[in-house]
Amino acid sequence: MSAPIQLQPGETFILNVGPQHPATHGVLRVKMEMDGEYIVKAETVLGYVHRMHEKMGENRTYAQYLPNLSRLDYLGALGYTHGHVLLIERAAGIEVPERAEYIRAITVELNRLASHLFWFGCYVMDLGGFSPLMYALEDREYILDMLEAVTGARLTYCYYRFGGLYNDVDDDFIEAANRFIPRMRKSLKKYAALVTGNIIFQKRLEGIGHISAEMCRKYGATGAVARGSGIDFDVRKNEPYSVYPEFDFDIPVYHECDSMARFKVRMDEMEQSLRIIEQGLAKLPGGPIMAEKKPKNIKLPVGDFYQAVETARGSFGIRIVSDGDKNAYRLKLRSPTYSNMHLFDEACEGMMIMDALAFMGSLDLVIPEIDR
Amino acid sequence: MGGYFSDIFNGSKSLLIGMGITFREFFKPIVTVQYPYQTIKMSARFRGHIELIADEEGKPKCVSCGMCERACPSGCITLGSVSVEIEVDGKMKKKKVLSKYDLDFTKCSLCGQCVENCNFGAIEFSKEYNLASSNKEDFHFNLLKRLEERNV
Amino acid sequence: MSLTVLNVIVAVVIAIGFAALNAAYLVWAERRGAARIQRRPGPNINGPFGLLQPPLDGIKLMTKQIMIPGGADKILFMVAPVLAMAPAILSFVTIPFSETIVAHNMDIGLLMIFAFASMGALAVLFAGWGSRNKYSVMASVRAVSQNVSYEIPMLITAITVVMITGSMDLKVITNAQAGGFWHWNIFPSLHSPLMPLSFILFFICSLAETNRAPFDLGEAESELVAGFHTEYGSMGFGLFFMGEYANIVIGASLTTILFLGGWDCPFGLFPGVWWFLLKIYLLIATFIWIRWTFPRTTIYGLLNLSWKILIPLSLFNLLLTAGLLKVF
Ligand code: SF4
Ligand code: SF4
Repeated sequence: MSAPIQLQPGETFILNVGPQHPATHGVLRVKMEMDGEYIVKAETVLGYVHRMHEKMGENRTYAQYLPNLSRLDYLGALGYTHGHVLLIERAAGIEVPERAEYIRAITVELNRLASHLFWFGCYVMDLGGFSPLMYALEDREYILDMLEAVTGARLTYCYYRFGGLYNDVDDDFIEAANRFIPRMRKSLKKYAALVTGNIIFQKRLEGIGHISAEMCRKYGATGAVARGSGIDFDVRKNEPYSVYPEFDFDIPVYHECDSMARFKVRMDEMEQSLRIIEQGLAKLPGGPIMAEKKPKNIKLPVGDFYQAVETARGSFGIRIVSDGDKNAYRLKLRSPTYSNMHLFDEACEGMMIMDALAFMGSLDLVIPEIDR
Repeated sequence: MGGYFSDIFNGSKSLLIGMGITFREFFKPIVTVQYPYQTIKMSARFRGHIELIADEEGKPKCVSCGMCERACPSGCITLGSVSVEIEVDGKMKKKKVLSKYDLDFTKCSLCGQCVENCNFGAIEFSKEYNLASSNKEDFHFNLLKRLEERNV
Repeated sequence: MSLTVLNVIVAVVIAIGFAALNAAYLVWAERRGAARIQRRPGPNINGPFGLLQPPLDGIKLMTKQIMIPGGADKILFMVAPVLAMAPAILSFVTIPFSETIVAHNMDIGLLMIFAFASMGALAVLFAGWGSRNKYSVMASVRAVSQNVSYEIPMLITAITVVMITGSMDLKVITNAQAGGFWHWNIFPSLHSPLMPLSFILFFICSLAETNRAPFDLGEAESELVAGFHTEYGSMGFGLFFMGEYANIVIGASLTTILFLGGWDCPFGLFPGVWWFLLKIYLLIATFIWIRWTFPRTTIYGLLNLSWKILIPLSLFNLLLTAGLLKVF
């Protein structure tokens, strides 16, 4: 038997949270220096699921790179592929039919909804409540079924093409989506009563995990994390792309800077996504879903291109430096969770471990997206 | 002091509301599918692994042009062809015939590039999703053989 | 004398059987109940309604190898699960299920149950410390501070009841509530108008005492992996599990005896053990229902609840009852 650990007063110990820990939802490791239950210092350790997506982008043709982007963030994959196709279309000068853009917006919002639902369920489970996860998954199932009927996949979609879509939506999809919206509104009310209003839940989130707007700027945090700190920034509004200017929707912003603010931002975003889907379905124009004039082998002109989109987790940017070849010279992905996660190290100092993990959940981390 | 009691009151109320919700859910019907006993039909566009399509005679439609092999981002497809001489209008002509179509499904990302790039409509997605094995080799499909098996 | 000893031994054997059966089928009930709340069927493959699931789980656990982590304190590690289970079983000995079904009635039955209940904290502490796992130590420290702070309001509310009845004998307490449900302690009486409140206090405390959600800080699987029993597998884990459910049964029984009139039936119909069982299982169903509804509290939230709300309220209740008893 080895000697028991003798901890001197004022001495700290190291706690490895992860890479396999129920709260990190993936292979993230956080090295925490602990003083009892209090965190003295935390250090996130990345790279366990690094797959070289950027390098792959430089070795493959643009079309071949399409499936990769849905493997970054497996919960809200469509947003990422949307950014990619938008960039290539802009750079190569491909005209996209309006119907295709509308369908893209609708499916991206559906996907955002699915992603937020999953986050909501997992977050409540992080806090020890299991049943809301199951309710959220049930709602999400409707979305996945709809998307599967259209795209052929449930999670890692490869649906958008340069110049349009892989295939068109049918009446069944439109009908299912129209049926889904009132259902989802009802569910959101249920979640508000079951979770948001719950005193235990409120006590665990309010005032916990303070992130100031300065910190968000310093680390480049975007998405619900920044909006929960009072920064009114959403790429869909600030740098409009696709057909978003034609929709009437709001960007929820909260100024409390705590976990509850981030939670509420996402809950409100679900309602806004529903509004966009509703309008998109109503306005959906007819016509082709694929550009008529489109080169067979896409080559970008020499230059440097960047496109940002608002994904479920924040602002995702893709930058391509082209030397005129059929694959990129350099491809850089700016993944939102990577920036959001780095807030954790600074913000969790002095927190208790249970608060820190509740705070981590509010950042909505998807590890494969951080590691790429 | 008033805040103290209203806190207790509102807190207890929120707990009771939550319990009311789960109580109602308790009596609602079950929504899950009992998987091995029940299965659901895959949607028409579901993308399983690829499968060769046969023509009327049961031969693969594929002309082994190699477009799919080149288009595949993951390099899952390995084609093989032999050239045979066949008689067309009394003249002997050389023609490539597919002799091997291997799919390494372990690498496939189900992106659909191969199906889209085939100009001859020779491959399609299967509806197969019950794929599980602890042996990697089980996912190296010989699509030609599978086609023959389907024909008999 | 020897007859009493024999009596107790038989009772202990029956108690073990009762505890084990209860634990096994409460797990089943919990899983089914949770599943229904979450709108799925739950275990339904083995046997009708999945009723064979608990014995099969038991066999699985018993056939597994006992692993002791390197560097663990072997003795504490092995003792802890036994210590979790044993007091729970011993407590059954003094619980009166009906007028006649009681293994060994004691004048101080209530005190004995509380004494044994405190030993549960010791088991958690041993398990956490003996495992030599940082998560386990943190969890056990939490569980102990939780137990300490919840035993106080629990005891104070129990004392309120004892003051009204004037006895610590569980049988006497039950008999004092006989004769129609309006005599039950849960309803306000002349001497203690705040009885419904003390019932709620006692109920919350018994949730916390048994480490049940929303107070399952000792386990807290999304924070501390599996808390104090992270390193336990096979029957070590099984014993903790059974101990937990046995404690739930005891908590429910105690609540029933103190507040719901024990085996007393509401309208004087068919008195007997059935009413007792019905009452405790209704309480346990509420336990399960609560667990699958709420998220977990934090350790300081829990201590705040105890020291700022439960203890003042229960003390107030105690003083009020004492005063009223003096006046009337
Ligand atoms: S679906 Fe994509 S990855 Fe799979 S074989 Fe076809 S081209 Fe290759
Ligand atoms: S692209 Fe079509 S025809 Fe050409 S080799 Fe592939 S499957 Fe055969």
